[in-house]
Amino acid sequence: MLAVGLAHYLTVSAILFTLGVLGIFLNRKNVIVILMSVELILLSVSLNLVAFSATLGDLTGQVFAMLILTVAAAEAAIGLAIVVIYFRNRGTIEVEDVSTLKG
Amino acid sequence: MNWTLALPEIVLAVSGLLILLGGVIPKKETFFPVSMAVIGALVLTAALVLGQGEGSAFLGQYVSDGFSRFAKVLILLGAALGLVLALDFNEKAGLARFEYAVLVLFATVGMMVMVSANDLMSLYLGLELLSLSLYVVAAFDRDNPRSAEAGLKYFVLGALASGLLLYGSSLVYGFAGTTNFDRLADALSGGQAGAGVVVGLVFVLAGLAFKVSAVPFHMWTPDVYEGAPTPVTAFFATAPKVAAIALLMHVLIVPFGEMSAQWGQVIWVTSAGSMILGAFAAIGQRNIKRLMAYSSIGHVGYALMGLAVVNDTGYRGVLVYMAIYVVMNLGTFAVLVAMRRQGRALEGIDDLAGLGRTDPAMALWMAVFMFSMAGIPPLAGFFGKLYVFLAAVQAGYWTLAIIGILTSVVASYYYLRIVKVMYFDAPAGAFDARPASLTVVMAGTGLLTLLFFLFPAALIGAAQVAVASLAG
Repeated sequence: MLAVGLAHYLTVSAILFTLGVLGIFLNRKNVIVILMSVELILLSVSLNLVAFSATLGDLTGQVFAMLILTVAAAEAAIGLAIVVIYFRNRGTIEVEDVSTLKG
Repeated sequence: MNWTLALPEIVLAVSGLLILLGGVIPKKETFFPVSMAVIGALVLTAALVLGQGEGSAFLGQYVSDGFSRFAKVLILLGAALGLVLALDFNEKAGLARFEYAVLVLFATVGMMVMVSANDLMSLYLGLELLSLSLYVVAAFDRDNPRSAEAGLKYFVLGALASGLLLYGSSLVYGFAGTTNFDRLADALSGGQAGAGVVVGLVFVLAGLAFKVSAVPFHMWTPDVYEGAPTPVTAFFATAPKVAAIALLMHVLIVPFGEMSAQWGQVIWVTSAGSMILGAFAAIGQRNIKRLMAYSSIGHVGYALMGLAVVNDTGYRGVLVYMAIYVVMNLGTFAVLVAMRRQGRALEGIDDLAGLGRTDPAMALWMAVFMFSMAGIPPLAGFFGKLYVFLAAVQAGYWTLAIIGILTSVVASYYYLRIVKVMYFDAPAGAFDARPASLTVVMAGTGLLTLLFFLFPAALIGAAQVAVASLAG
């Protein structure tokens, strides 16, 4: 029987974090996928904090995770609002079309 | 608990809520009175900051010292003048909605929390309050596709930077056991920082480098500066830059002071990269807002040179540089906001052609700001560069100082090109009459830039006191 320790949590969280960052850079399709990737990054951070908090026996990490949850909600709301006004102007949210500003 | 210590932030946040109410209730648009109320609140807060005591509050989350007071006064100055620049522009561009002023106010609360943060949590809270407000104001001209695109790009890359910063914070917390800056400093003293903390620090640095738009995390700056409405760009280029640089200094010097051997090298590379990119990428630009974006990347490079030196003289240089940078940038943007012909806002460098004949006063101030940015004595910009270069040379960072001097020679090409366009090219037609508010900002910042050499001691003394409180 495998005991789940800190290293396992950190590995899962590192994988989630990498997936999130790659999702932002490699995604060529849709801005909504980027928003999901951002949530994935924040999720990996929360997992990290809670795992550390349990290992250290210190509540700070859990408080920090709660703070991230609330801020992530505000961030998602603002992100979606910006995507909506972008869609109204351009009629598309394809990532490849977000390139009027160049130079 | 000593909550009265945070009185400036509390007063500003509460007045923000009251002003928001006052803006919503009347039936008609309240942009002008709300902006005036916000400027009043910012001035009141600045007075409170000047009388603020020293110490820490909220279980060590919040700290007030000479350093945070210095940064806060600069931030409040930048925010208030940035709002003055928007008064007339927003009316003419159809952006006269009171939310603009309220968002600037909340961004300012965020910046003040950032520079007073003494814990990774309050750091994140302040940074997000700032960033969320900035995402919205970048997309404030919501019927303009360019502004919407600027907001979208800023949001995506800003959220990524926050994610990097948070991931770093979580690693630092896990491997050092605390998020409080003072306890982190204790835990890391003796130089036995493990690999986990170093990796965490690198992530935190990456997130903060994004916020100050230093190479290699600068890619959002030109697009956002170009797409956002001009007064918004003016705001972006001043107060948030100071707050982010102050935060970067505070984080590196207080909790991670023992690891300066590690972060010194990182800052060295970012500083050199930003100076080089800022000098060369701006040369081919036709849009003046885009040019100012590359110019601001370059200026951040010079400011970071003082941080790369890792001593008090260098830190003092950074503060002096940022103070001068804010003043001359506000002046330059006052000129850019005034660029309007037959009711249409202009952004091309060619549109300034012949300004020396059509509007000699504005051309004169613009020339003062351009010479100052290029670092030509006896203007203020020269002293800003002098103090960081001096610190670098004294500490033996010759390579960095030589890169700085060479890049400032390259950069002076595009600053002086603007002066040449204004005075020697055929006039492209006169601009519309500019409002008194812009003239006041232009003349005020212009005089400060022009006459700084008469009274440098006041600013340098204040920066000295600020740095002493940070290191001690």
